[in-house]
Amino acid sequence: MSKVVVAMSGGVDSSVAAALLKQQGYDVIGMMLRLWSEPGKEDTNRCCTPDAMAQARRVAAILDIPFYVLDAKEIFHSIVVQYFLDGYAQGVTPNPCLICNRVIRWEFLLNHALALGAEFMATGHYVRQRTMDDGRQQLLRAVDRTKDQSYVLHVLTQEKLAKSLFPIGDYPKSEIRRLAESLGLPTAARADSQDLCFLAGEDYRNFIRCNAPAAGGHPGPIMTREGRILGQHQGLAYYTIGQRKGLGAGLTQPVYVLEKDATTNSLVVGTRDELGSRELIAKDINWISGQAPKGSFRAEVKIRYTAKETWAEVISLEIDKHVNAGCEDNVRVRFDAPQRAITPGQAAVFYDGEELLGGGIIV
Amino acid sequence: MIYLDYAATTPVHPRVLNAMLPYFAETFGNPSSVHRYGQQAEAAVDSARENVASVLNCRPDEIIFTSCGSESDNLALRGAAFAMRQKTGAKWILTSKAEHHAVSRTAEQLGKLYGFQVEWLELDEYGMVTPEAVEKAICGGTGLVSVMYANNEIGTINPIKAIAEVCHRQGVLFHTDAVQAAAYLPVDVQSLGVDLLSLGGHKFYGPKGVGALYVRKGTPLVPAQTGGGQEFGLRAGTQNVPYIVGFAEALRLTAEERGQRTAALKPLRDHIIGTLLEGIPDSRLSGHPESRLPNHASFAFKDVDGNLLLTLLDAAGFACSSGSACKTGNPEPSDVLSSLGLPREWALGSLRVTLGSSTTPAHIDAFLKVLPTLVEKVRAIHRR
Repeated sequence: MSKVVVAMSGGVDSSVAAALLKQQGYDVIGMMLRLWSEPGKEDTNRCCTPDAMAQARRVAAILDIPFYVLDAKEIFHSIVVQYFLDGYAQGVTPNPCLICNRVIRWEFLLNHALALGAEFMATGHYVRQRTMDDGRQQLLRAVDRTKDQSYVLHVLTQEKLAKSLFPIGDYPKSEIRRLAESLGLPTAARADSQDLCFLAGEDYRNFIRCNAPAAGGHPGPIMTREGRILGQHQGLAYYTIGQRKGLGAGLTQPVYVLEKDATTNSLVVGTRDELGSRELIAKDINWISGQAPKGSFRAEVKIRYTAKETWAEVISLEIDKHVNAGCEDNVRVRFDAPQRAITPGQAAVFYDGEELLGGGIIV
Repeated sequence: MIYLDYAATTPVHPRVLNAMLPYFAETFGNPSSVHRYGQQAEAAVDSARENVASVLNCRPDEIIFTSCGSESDNLALRGAAFAMRQKTGAKWILTSKAEHHAVSRTAEQLGKLYGFQVEWLELDEYGMVTPEAVEKAICGGTGLVSVMYANNEIGTINPIKAIAEVCHRQGVLFHTDAVQAAAYLPVDVQSLGVDLLSLGGHKFYGPKGVGALYVRKGTPLVPAQTGGGQEFGLRAGTQNVPYIVGFAEALRLTAEERGQRTAALKPLRDHIIGTLLEGIPDSRLSGHPESRLPNHASFAFKDVDGNLLLTLLDAAGFACSSGSACKTGNPEPSDVLSSLGLPREWALGSLRVTLGSSTTPAHIDAFLKVLPTLVEKVRAIHRR
């Protein structure tokens, strides 16, 4: 039977993923990544605390599968944490989960899985996969829309998908929980959090202050689009698009962060009405199919992990066909209605109904 | 699966298991009780003690049963350190960084919390403590020297007899941790000349959870665990009768079969060392080339993630271990490998292969066929 490595976290989702694969007759191996934590905060890192590790080990024992922990501290720090800090240093709001999935999970871990003789790597992500008649893979939203995680997996390619399994995407979360109970797996819910694992519950601003103060930037003006200076900011990294609080006192009406202008080191603010925008440009586009759609098309677009998808026209901007062999074109996204808080550094991903077509990074 | 990790633990010998079984539910009495149930249990412990004493060539009342090798080490170090300080004021403890943590961490704690002074003995490139190094380090205030008989990680055998002589000339107590050695080396305490010697049952086909400490008559020792008067007042707690019986039977069998076991395994072990050092580039033996346990081979491979190598070996059906491996994916070179002065890029790529009762030449051939390709695979992953 084919061998599959399940990326385990100790949580109920990846535990049930492993259990389902075992039931389906796969030769299952559990693996857990040891990621980087700030020195002294190893016990609170959301993904790989000693607690989570003990839990995953328990699950592996209950399922009677081998379990190994893989050290990914150095590569995680040099790639993912660095990407996070670089993003802030450049004035954007990076989403390190994307690069973590691409480089740590679907490269580093996948390579280790293949070295162990596995044919597949499975994760506990809520997404589905469909193999087309011509062998191509589609990535579909989870049955449980409230849990769908396709947004963070828009970086996957055909080659990676052919080696991936997502056993739980066909089930609602409640069913996963019920399955865990019926299989006798620990279901102790750990707090669902959107925080980054390596922040360990800490505010990202603090993290930057402690770990790379230079990435935080230096003080500069807070100004309106018209150039009226309202105050001083502490460094662009400490603000996010759409943010209202913490812009300093003495303002007569509520203002919001509209833009972070790295070239002039100014924080552009304005009223709530000014916050919306009808358009964005996204770069480093990955098309799941491996081929960019021709011209423009209509799609539902999601601009944050937690945002609701919304209709837009997606227009390919083929800058240079020779350099960009099909997957790195930029696109322009024109929304039917203005969107608030379009945030450079986050991903914009495109759906055709259930299917995730691809996505890129908002510039 | 092929088990090549006998230094970690061994299966209980069927004869040992048989000897233990009656003492769980049939002869279950408390050895301290007055009635016949108690008398039968006491008789079982006494006879186990006599058997152990006869292997160690000592008196039965010099054997203290404990719960494991680590406890024996703790009792020896704490007991002797406190007693010597009380008796002579000596507060220096000499030991080495190559010791099992049961010794080195205990010494560290005695230093940090209890006012003792710890001096770390010099090691040679094979992790060996020489009598000269001990001679050099001993001073007027030294109360206790602890040097292991054979190293668990790298297999090196220390010149215990010569070290004991140095200690006795200086009037200093000498303890040796013989937990790893006892499966293959003679443990005659008269010939070794030691004052204290630790043993653990599961390293020589006995059960886990039982150990013993030899305490030479007249050696000052303060109990580390107080309570009832069991074990001559040196280790309180109702004796674990079935495990003590198993421990004694396992040690008796080991002494009886020592020659055979060594003869069966040493050629296989030598074959492993020869083949791997020749077949794997950037590989070296860790520990002493000759003065090493006969079932023990240990290596360092440059630029190899030892943890990953173990994982691949396990997936390929071979159970080995490593000085840097840990189950939490947080690899650090072990104290022992670091103390040999191995650079990090070597020390993180360690592998220990230890043979035992079920090992056959066919197992070793299969292992030798697989290992070089796995080492190459691990190196390839990290070259990416």
